[in-house]
Amino acid sequence: MSDVAATDLKRAAPAAFKVTDEIAIEIAGMNKWYGQFHVLRDIDLNVYRGERIVVCGPSGSGKSTLIRCINRLEEHQKGKIAVDGVELTSDLKNIDKIRSEVGMVFQHFNLFPHLTILENCTLAPIWVRKTPKREAEEIAMHFLTKVKIPEQANKYPGQLSGGQQQRVAIARSLCMKPRIMLFDEPTSALDPEMIKEVLDTMIELAEEGMTMICVTHEMGFAQAVANRVIFMDQGQIVEQNEPKEFFNNPKSDRTKLFLSQILGH
Amino acid sequence: MAELTFVRTQMVAPREAPGVSIGIVKWMRENLFNGWLNSILTVLSLYAIYALVSHIGPWFRHAVWDAGSLQECRAIIQATWGEGASGACFAVLRERWQQYLFGFYPSELYWRPTLTFFLMFAALAPILFAELPRRLIWLSAAFPGLAYWLLWGGSIFVPISVYAGVAIAVVVYAAAAGRREGPLAAFAAVAAALVWWAYLAGPVAGVLASTGIGTLTPVQSKLFGGFTLSFVIGVTGIVCSLPIGVLLALGRRSDMFFVKTICVMFIEFIRGVPLITLLLVASFLLNIFLPPGTNFDIILRVIIMVTLFASAYMAETIRGGLAALPKGQYEAADALGLDYWRAMRLVIMPQALKISIPGIVNNFIGLFKDTTLVAIIALLDPLGLTTAIRADSNWNGLIWELYGFVALVFFLFCYSMSQYSQYLERKLRTGPQ
Repeated sequence: MSDVAATDLKRAAPAAFKVTDEIAIEIAGMNKWYGQFHVLRDIDLNVYRGERIVVCGPSGSGKSTLIRCINRLEEHQKGKIAVDGVELTSDLKNIDKIRSEVGMVFQHFNLFPHLTILENCTLAPIWVRKTPKREAEEIAMHFLTKVKIPEQANKYPGQLSGGQQQRVAIARSLCMKPRIMLFDEPTSALDPEMIKEVLDTMIELAEEGMTMICVTHEMGFAQAVANRVIFMDQGQIVEQNEPKEFFNNPKSDRTKLFLSQILGH
Repeated sequence: MAELTFVRTQMVAPREAPGVSIGIVKWMRENLFNGWLNSILTVLSLYAIYALVSHIGPWFRHAVWDAGSLQECRAIIQATWGEGASGACFAVLRERWQQYLFGFYPSELYWRPTLTFFLMFAALAPILFAELPRRLIWLSAAFPGLAYWLLWGGSIFVPISVYAGVAIAVVVYAAAAGRREGPLAAFAAVAAALVWWAYLAGPVAGVLASTGIGTLTPVQSKLFGGFTLSFVIGVTGIVCSLPIGVLLALGRRSDMFFVKTICVMFIEFIRGVPLITLLLVASFLLNIFLPPGTNFDIILRVIIMVTLFASAYMAETIRGGLAALPKGQYEAADALGLDYWRAMRLVIMPQALKISIPGIVNNFIGLFKDTTLVAIIALLDPLGLTTAIRADSNWNGLIWELYGFVALVFFLFCYSMSQYSQYLERKLRTGPQ
């Protein structure tokens, strides 16, 4: 990895974004291919603890793939990814350890339909963290209260609305007490009326200092919450900046075009 | 333009649906006499039903239950119902029903298969109905050994020594898991159990058996027959084929090349061969390959073949269920940090098996009925017995009564399985419908 020289570290994490000194996620010279297709090219990204990063870009730009590499739902072929200092290799132990520290929220919620809301939330704490059942249920109720749906605890996911399901999915991740949360287009499958309730939950989470990476097209959310916006195109990070600068004063032409497309209508 | 604007000032309150008549007349009009074509079909169907009942009805009404032979039956029917009357001769069932149930099992020991049969339901209950106390599952676990002991007799220490191997594996695993890696502990546990079974179980059981405690009169496999045989083969095959099928299905979807190749080869080979071929192999060829002097029980050989055959089909049924699950379920389980086996057990399998219930029960029913194929290799299952009974000069010429009885018993059990599966599907429905 000689191509990742010291100068590139500046590109990876400009000092301005240091919320804290601790690096939560370190990505250096990361490349990924699907067969012959080069999806992610030379990604360098350092995420400091407490950062709220929004990743945006046109579809097919590799933004979902990027965050899915962070908890190894996708395998990268070249370069380094380290989460909390633990490097992602093919070592299954490391992968499971990282996954239990990194929460993930999906576009299509992916709740387990055969389990109740409460069981969805207690499954991983009981089986991965070995939390006693009663304690796990208390934790689950705490987070379900936090996302404002404690009264649905004994229903099944199929009986809830999309917005409620997504809030359960957030609560389910939080029950593992993750140090980092990844959001993969969490509001893209929701009706406009339900987007707000999910975004509110995420904003609350951000205010508590959770380290978050969020792939989203909700530019209002980016402006309100993010401390850094990353724009990706063709598998590369094209531009990153603090939200105000990013939206008001984009540097690259590609970014300008993208912003005019999504903000112009 | 004012007429184009519209603002609702009052929301419409929900009202009751218009009254729907649910009388019998409406039902008949909708279902039986809905148009002239359907009316004609209804009338024709009614005539067909009438014709069928009017011919079969007398046959049952004239039935004779008490006679020594088919000739006697016919004589009684002629005497009672007049010249030319025909009727069923159920006397054969009255005379041979024990044979149908137990084959040539010694009659003074009939209580053993009977007890096993009822214990089977007790053992199945906690598996089939989640509402029952979980502690009953121990009865289910003990049942295979108990059933073996009751059916084949001999010393109770034989099945106990087999169970002891499992206990040893658990103890070794628990002891090793604390200090060693998971796979290594599992390997040690399996090795310990194998050593026990191969070298120690036999002598230990022999010594304990010589005390004579818990010894039943041994019954040889060749005396097994009738529905006892069908149930032994069918139930064992059903119980064993499901877990093997699950493992094969997972193996076939595995990323590991060799595991996948072995599973694919096994499934495709077993599925591509008729069951009768496998049974013939079990009956004639297997002994040639085994070391001379080994006495490999014929029923055990058949059970193994039937189980392998059924598990190949089961694997494909379950693979269908696995493929039907959205990828997001696998990803969500992974993202929560569940390892492969926990993800499969807690998230994937419960859903995949639920989707596969109709197919799985289909396989079960098929397997249960396929047990009649063992008649080919001269085992006296109900169909084999029927052939034997029809060869008896007293009952020569009977067809409907015998095959009808066998069909009825099979139908009862297969239909029960089907009903249970529908109950299970209703119970597991968690969606919004």
